[in-house]
Amino acid sequence: MAIHLKETTKVLVQGFTGQIGSFHSADMIKYGTNIVGGVTPGKGGIKHLDRPVFNTMKEAVEATGADASIIFVPPPFAADSIMEAADAGIKFCVAITDGIPSQDMIRVKRYMRRYRANDKMILTGPNCAGSISPGKSMMGIMPGHIYIPGNVGVIGRSGTLGYEAASQMKQAGIGISTSIGIGGDPINGSSFKDHLEIFEQDDETRAVVIIGEIGGPQEVEAAMWSKENMTKPVIGYIAGLTAPKGRRMGHAGAIISAVGESAAEKVEILQECGVNVVPNPSSFAPIVQDVLDKAS
Amino acid sequence: MDIHEYQSKEILSEYGIPIAAGGLAYSPEQAVYRATEIGGDVWVVKAQIHSGARGKAGGIKVCKSENDVAKAAEELLGKKLVTHQTGPQGKVCHRIYIEAGCNIEREIYIAFVLDRQNESVTVVASAEGGMEIEQLAVEKPESIIKIAVDAAVGMQPFQAREIVFALGLDKTQVNQAVTTILGCYRAMRDLDANMVEINPLVVTKEGNLLAVDAKMGFDDNALFRHSHISELRDKSQEDVREMNAADRGLSYVGLDGNIGCIINGAGLAMATMDMIMHAGGEPANFLDIGGGASPERVSKAFNLVLSDENVKCILINIFAGINRCDWVAEGIIQAVEKIELKVPVIVRLSGTNVEQGRKMIEDSGLPLIMTETLKEAADKAVAAWKETGK
Repeated sequence: MAIHLKETTKVLVQGFTGQIGSFHSADMIKYGTNIVGGVTPGKGGIKHLDRPVFNTMKEAVEATGADASIIFVPPPFAADSIMEAADAGIKFCVAITDGIPSQDMIRVKRYMRRYRANDKMILTGPNCAGSISPGKSMMGIMPGHIYIPGNVGVIGRSGTLGYEAASQMKQAGIGISTSIGIGGDPINGSSFKDHLEIFEQDDETRAVVIIGEIGGPQEVEAAMWSKENMTKPVIGYIAGLTAPKGRRMGHAGAIISAVGESAAEKVEILQECGVNVVPNPSSFAPIVQDVLDKAS
Repeated sequence: MDIHEYQSKEILSEYGIPIAAGGLAYSPEQAVYRATEIGGDVWVVKAQIHSGARGKAGGIKVCKSENDVAKAAEELLGKKLVTHQTGPQGKVCHRIYIEAGCNIEREIYIAFVLDRQNESVTVVASAEGGMEIEQLAVEKPESIIKIAVDAAVGMQPFQAREIVFALGLDKTQVNQAVTTILGCYRAMRDLDANMVEINPLVVTKEGNLLAVDAKMGFDDNALFRHSHISELRDKSQEDVREMNAADRGLSYVGLDGNIGCIINGAGLAMATMDMIMHAGGEPANFLDIGGGASPERVSKAFNLVLSDENVKCILINIFAGINRCDWVAEGIIQAVEKIELKVPVIVRLSGTNVEQGRKMIEDSGLPLIMTETLKEAADKAVAAWKETGK
């Protein structure tokens, strides 16, 4: 089953004709993603990568019946594109763009409160590598071949650290149902908990790996939620044990600015909540294998 | 991006926040001239550095004569101040701010922050001003008032009034306090600040409000629409290496260890540093060279990491996805050929075309130690560092 994206998911690319949008769209099409068109305001009517280009998301959704979109729009205009996607009725949106102002994201989140839970678009990112249901569909900038299909769900903030985990798992023969990138920004579209809830309902997923880092409350929130609500085992890793307080470690959101935001504190809470903690980033595969063995 | 106290006050006073008469000085003569301009018989001479807790570090001096002002200015200008926020290397004071003294009746804490839990701008206030918020959270958590602002309509006057009455301010101060709180919010929203802090907001013996210290931080991602804020940047307050890195599109944070790190991706960089610690070593830096590890980027990264004298060996960990390992290997080889390597370099590549990449590095004849797993890389880096005899 996988979550959010499957073979049939019809995907639009926002910022389709730009250099980055074109490059990754070609890669996604090669992987097998069902890309049905794209939007670049002012370029409506032309064809790009053999697919139609539209001026607005509303037109594009009407013409193609798309239910998902991926955003490569530059940071000053990306928040606007996210809201345009939500308004056009998109159900799953991946925002790749890095560098969207925080207050723009606050406005996006506030805007999306107008939708009822069932009509609400699920936004992942911004500042993420995207999501992939291996063998089915890829909406992102990741190298698709490092993921093999299987029964483990993955939710992570970081791109390359997620790749590291996926390739360790591939080498050990562990497959992934869906891998979701939630991004490294302080205000993001959806949290670990939001996707844990969906993985819990997914028949194909037997365990979920969360790959977190310093900064923000979302890892702890997910652990507390899973303790009360998850029947499936959760495996967790928190990056940044050596990170000093108050310094931004690359990601805009990777900064320890309050109590409970350091890696050591998060690991402690994860453990208390019954999450299987990966002690170091070289041990993703053995810990996941161990959890799967115990569960079966 | 952080700015100085005097710059924050200039901005906030435009938004209706009451501040004392004051002026900037770069020399003792200017300081005395400012003091005479301001008038009165008490002045506060304040070191302008990007850090809080300046008082404890001797950066704030109360002066009762012009002679005292000159002396204070002489002492502070060019002085390196070390606070718990600057780290042991401290920050050098190149500008001072001279302000009229005031009679303090009570001190209030007020700040606007980006609240990641509520995903909103949130006001944090406390009747216990003068203390730092971390300290307040631990020692007087019950004194903290928090109100989230709805981004759709902005902060409402009733929310400001709730705070003002909860702080127990006198009814004669209510309007001034409401103006102050709403003004801070508007400044935060209009200018894409990620933090506005007035600590303390003082009630004077005469019954007036005064922002005695003010701090603003701005969202770097939003500076594209605030060029007048970008102009307030003071490069003398930034770490030279971090600034050089940022200007080259690299993300660098200097640390105290001996193992230099060159990694692509922030999460993988943190994880690699954790692995080094796990193996018994200490990273010298965080360095994310971004997605594409081109020869130019790798050689810039080498120069940056090697500019730290404490670096005794280097660990390169690149996950090559879209950019294949053979291409990354070529980048590393080209970069290493250009520099005179004096420290061992451990390389770990993974991802697309990894075998090819490894072979290229092994065949290059360069003194690079090739490893397969993250654990092996960290172990070898720690061993190499220990061999150098620290």
